[in-house]
Amino acid sequence: MKRFGTVNLTALALGLAFLYLPIAILVINSFNDSRLVTVWAGASLRWYRELLRDEAMLDAASVSLRVAVLSATAATVLGTLAALALTQRFRGKLLFSGMIYAPLVMPEVITGLSLLLLFVAVEIDRGFWTIVIAHTTLTLCFVAVVVQSRLVTFDRSLHEAAADLGCPPLRTFLTITLPLIWPAVASGWMLAFALSLDDLVVASFVTGPGATTLPLRIYSEVRLGVKPEINAVCTIMIAVVALGLIAASLLTKRSAGSAQLGGRA
Amino acid sequence: MQGTQQRDWVTRAAILVPYLWLVAFFLLPFLIVLKISLSQTTIAQPPYTPLLDVSTGWDGLKAFFAALSPENYATLSSDSLYLWSYLKSLQIAALSTAILLLVAYPVAYALARAPRRWQGVLVLSVVLPFWTSFLIRVYAWVNILQHDGLLNQALIALHLVDAPVTWLATDTAVYIGIVYSYFPFMVLPLFAALEKMDNTLLEAAADLGSPPWRTFLQVTVPLSLPGIVAGTLLCFIPIVGEFVIPDLLGSSSTAMIGQTLWLEFFGNRDWPVASALAVVLLAILVPPILLYRRREARIR
Repeated sequence: MKRFGTVNLTALALGLAFLYLPIAILVINSFNDSRLVTVWAGASLRWYRELLRDEAMLDAASVSLRVAVLSATAATVLGTLAALALTQRFRGKLLFSGMIYAPLVMPEVITGLSLLLLFVAVEIDRGFWTIVIAHTTLTLCFVAVVVQSRLVTFDRSLHEAAADLGCPPLRTFLTITLPLIWPAVASGWMLAFALSLDDLVVASFVTGPGATTLPLRIYSEVRLGVKPEINAVCTIMIAVVALGLIAASLLTKRSAGSAQLGGRA
Repeated sequence: MQGTQQRDWVTRAAILVPYLWLVAFFLLPFLIVLKISLSQTTIAQPPYTPLLDVSTGWDGLKAFFAALSPENYATLSSDSLYLWSYLKSLQIAALSTAILLLVAYPVAYALARAPRRWQGVLVLSVVLPFWTSFLIRVYAWVNILQHDGLLNQALIALHLVDAPVTWLATDTAVYIGIVYSYFPFMVLPLFAALEKMDNTLLEAAADLGSPPWRTFLQVTVPLSLPGIVAGTLLCFIPIVGEFVIPDLLGSSSTAMIGQTLWLEFFGNRDWPVASALAVVLLAILVPPILLYRRREARIR
């Protein structure tokens, strides 16, 4: 039996307070009727109502959601394939695994700059689709890592048994491999979705006219200082993420093994 | 393809499709950055001398190599602004990683020793803020740190200061923002290492009369070293290239290299110099990235 002393309890309480207090303050402020964040003028939904009238913000939210769904889906397909590839031996694997792992820690300014220069060099018009491509590239690596950690624990003899019994490769994948790695694939998609919604730096490099994502929009407002509407947007985003996570943890609770809610590594 | 075993087409596609995607959208862009960093700035659209023109064949290739010049790198080394920016980034990354280690270690330790039935929930609650937007988390601190923000109000109410302190646009704000944003990335690797630790070792040390602080320094810390190294690299590498945090919380004197690159690119529209900055930044980060990769590969 482990002893859990006062010191540990204090460390944990302080740590969690440090993590949650700033977010809590932001959420509380979003319900503040006053324009000044420092004065509490009673609870109201004023800023949420103003938000509903903010066309530019709503447009940005819709662009962000569409980019996130498309790029997360593409990244999940490519990332799952990449994870399968990582379990194989083939020529050029060193380069391949390098290209999978490098983006995980690569500073975003470099990724953004290099993708923009590519799009300029091949003369693609920048906008919605270039953001989708950029986000797919960035997030497929995260999906690959999450799925691969599940594949490592996967019993290869199942795969071989299916092959020996004459099961065609695609069917083996769909009926044996995919159901077994499904929880990892699903959390990979969620991770990719969250990362895409989150990205500011890469999007600001590869975006073009008419494609403003939510972080780009928020950023341009935030640079000018604190605005109550932004508090409201952020609160909605936090609520959406929290609901998604609760739903996901309820769904994965039944499936055995660890739900890969891991960090960026 | 390897060996005599005929690969099925599914496996082949699984390798080929993501491979081609990454070559096209990860490797190739880098080569372009490298090329442009060796090009001259021109006042044109795009603002650099052309890339390789394949249609001209051999002459084009000769012209391509003849046009390469290290001029932009000379610019980087001659202007102390750039050197200062790199040093500042490394300094901020090193110091904030050290602070992160000090702040995150007790939390990770407590997590590792928490009762089993609570552990899952507690780990999840540390990871949870990571899922909310990075931008939101930095912005939350703008709320708190601004001139008449909550921190100053609290400090004045407690009579710790008489007049509001300037927090925003200072290095302190940048450190707070970084430590806050990267906190989970430090806690998780530390937790993973500490959780695996064999508690009987601590009991053995205690039985043999070792005082708790000594057990901590001589048993716990060395055993959690893999977590310390992983967490340090995982935080240090991206912090060096950080852009959003210093831009929103820092001042112009906190110009980290990410901001300098951004300014060269968007402000001065000097794409070749921006590319050269990116290449040098990458060169600085390659050793820690390789170190991190090697450790990860060993653990697997």
